[in-house]
Amino acid sequence: MHKPLLFTLGLLAAAPGFAASIEVEVELPKFDVADYRRPYVAIWLERPDNSVAANLAVWYDAKMRDDEGSKWLKDMRQWWRRSGRSLALPIDGVTSATRHPGQHTLKFTAGEAPLGELAPGEYRLLVEAAREHGGRELLSLPLQWPPATDTRSELRGEHELGTVSLQLRP
Amino acid sequence: MIVRKSLTLAALVLGLTTPLASAHEAWMLPSSTVLSSSGYITLDAAVSNDLFYFNYRPMAIRDNLSITAPDGSAVQPENMLRGQLRTTFDANLTMAGTYRVAVVNSSVMASWKEGGETRRWRGTQSELGANVPAQATDLSVREGVSRIETFVTVGKPSTIAPAGEGLELAPVTHPNDLYAGEAATLGFTINGKPAPGVEVVVMAGGTRYRDQLAKVELITDAHGQITHTWPAPGFYYLKAGLNDVGAGNMERRLSYTATLEVLAQ
Repeated sequence: MHKPLLFTLGLLAAAPGFAASIEVEVELPKFDVADYRRPYVAIWLERPDNSVAANLAVWYDAKMRDDEGSKWLKDMRQWWRRSGRSLALPIDGVTSATRHPGQHTLKFTAGEAPLGELAPGEYRLLVEAAREHGGRELLSLPLQWPPATDTRSELRGEHELGTVSLQLRP
Repeated sequence: MIVRKSLTLAALVLGLTTPLASAHEAWMLPSSTVLSSSGYITLDAAVSNDLFYFNYRPMAIRDNLSITAPDGSAVQPENMLRGQLRTTFDANLTMAGTYRVAVVNSSVMASWKEGGETRRWRGTQSELGANVPAQATDLSVREGVSRIETFVTVGKPSTIAPAGEGLELAPVTHPNDLYAGEAATLGFTINGKPAPGVEVVVMAGGTRYRDQLAKVELITDAHGQITHTWPAPGFYYLKAGLNDVGAGNMERRLSYTATLEVLAQ
């Protein structure tokens, strides 16, 4: 019981200056449909009172003519309600193009944008995907910040999201 | 027989403009209530038996429609078309914030006896003197003011400036921030002042596909507010109304109708 704790403490002591980090792995499932469009995806951190602590990533089509791609941002409806509608998009380091089906790994470091400094406490990681001619899915993973040890959790989506995993490193 | 005929006609005219006076519902239905970027919306406006299906009459829209932008400026409706069962028009929403779309009807109905026959007249307050004798047998004059509304937001919901006249919604919970399973508080005012004791009916759309109307009847509290938890997402019809006494001691019917979209979680 005490061993991992001591080990972690040892690591912390041995490597000061290493900032805590969050690694998010998002799997976008493949759909064998003729009218497939890559999904819009939003990844963010929320406090228990639903307020947004950090917008980590928003994948949408920002390059369409006449900003037509913005039209569908509201389909990520939870994200839209919580913060999307109050933001001026695009946001450097947060928004980027939509992604192909498959595994996507994102790493966020404490103290650096877009994660920044996160006050100690309870949070949830939210991943929301909405696809044109398809559905919408929202997954939520709880987390405690800062992490005391390496912590891994995952959840499997049923429709628009495959496995979403969360890796916390102290 | 003649009296009955004119009564039916009066009811029909009323049905087109003042919803509370008839069994029909008058409403506007926007193509979207939440937009993430500026652009066009289209609206249907109808008087119907079912919510929200066009199956009775188009809404009479003349100069009684106003589309108010978040900055208070007026937006001109485009492509106005009055069909047999619905009126439709477009609105170009160019700025961020909440737009208010309102059809306001204000009229005076008078009836009196002349040579044993009942005469009826309907028109505006200013035309009353020229059309209705000031002294007549069994003269009855009633004013009706109705407001039919809906709200559409581009981006973040913004404050809705009150019209300050008649019965209207004074939102506590923003009308474009309603969610299934969550409680919303909606206030009502008469000429800008909180309106306690007003009957409010809330009904979900899609009445064609269920057996009961499932009306929820509420009464505004001392602050002129109601609180309601939306059971499911979808478009809802809200109607409020009361009888009071207006200017010149005239009997007055005030009514307010809104089409509200409750969003999914």
